[in-house]
Amino acid sequence: MIAALMGLLACQLAGELLARLLSLPVPGPVLGTILLFLVLITRGRIPDTLRDVSRTLLANLSLLFVPAGVGIIQHLDRLRGEWLGIAAAVFGSTVLTMVVAVLVFRGVSRLTGADTEASDRGRA
Amino acid sequence: MITDVIEPAIQDVWVYLTARPLVWLTVTIAAYLIGQWCFERAGRRPLVNPVAIAVVLLVALLMLTGTDYQTYFDGAQFVHFLLGPATVALAVPLFQNFAQVRRAALPMLAALVAGSVTAILSAVGIAMLFGVSLETSRSLASKSVTMPIAMGITEQIGGIPSLTAVVVMITGIIGAMVVTPLMDLLRIGDWRARGFAVGVASHGIGTARAFQVNEIAGTFAGIAMALNGIATAIMVPLLISLLD
Repeated sequence: MIAALMGLLACQLAGELLARLLSLPVPGPVLGTILLFLVLITRGRIPDTLRDVSRTLLANLSLLFVPAGVGIIQHLDRLRGEWLGIAAAVFGSTVLTMVVAVLVFRGVSRLTGADTEASDRGRA
Repeated sequence: MITDVIEPAIQDVWVYLTARPLVWLTVTIAAYLIGQWCFERAGRRPLVNPVAIAVVLLVALLMLTGTDYQTYFDGAQFVHFLLGPATVALAVPLFQNFAQVRRAALPMLAALVAGSVTAILSAVGIAMLFGVSLETSRSLASKSVTMPIAMGITEQIGGIPSLTAVVVMITGIIGAMVVTPLMDLLRIGDWRARGFAVGVASHGIGTARAFQVNEIAGTFAGIAMALNGIATAIMVPLLISLLD
């Protein structure tokens, strides 16, 4: 488990370093994801511990947003003043984005023949 | 007489404990477990969102105890920190499902561009229609991407990063609540498309929801979240300069 955590942290650190050194607009952890992916491709398989640690982290991903979310307490005054506009923008935009993304995905998937039985009707 | 001794003692212990990270770290995880418990008890219904429940409980607790956010965050930051390694961990499901991902490269690219532009323009546009201040509406532009990226973008365009953090969280919760009924309504049976859409629109919290429902959906949501972080970082400054 420690080795797997070390692997994740090392990839993140390497990603942060790359982002700084090359002043890329991409955040360090995202580069870290790409690095780990390249390592996995090279090795051709996933160590069991890494698979377990990753699964645990991703299964509890929403917990990790809680501390920053509690920051809402600092903005109660602003939210009180502008809540309607913010709520309309956030709700409207989130739903609209999902609809546009899913319809474009399905449309292009059908046009390019990227549909597969496994991912289409079979699993639905 | 006894209470005269005990009360100051409790006071001392409280003052001691609240100055350490342990209390707020423990309380954060406890609040989340309560949220999870409610979610399970409600038959895993998406409207009962564990993050929303945890945040409401914690905000109430901070207000009741008169604790400021910085003190709270000194403890809770250990949880917050794990966002980085968790992002890196997305490489694992990506690798496991790579064959499917590669086949879907074109639909993903198209949905990424369309979704990213829609997210930015519609958030800022709707806010402007409602007469929201410039500072606030700019803080909404990157609401659909994962928190560390979104806060960086907001800083760059002159919004309020900590407000963005809040808006990002709300966006995630809305996406997680809405995705299942919305996709069923649209009759989308394709897990790849369902996952990708929720990942583009509502980043990690949407991805967490997708992983609860289906691993393929979760994988595509994770990819969408990573790609949209990059796309939005490039597109927000461009689109905002067009709006000015």
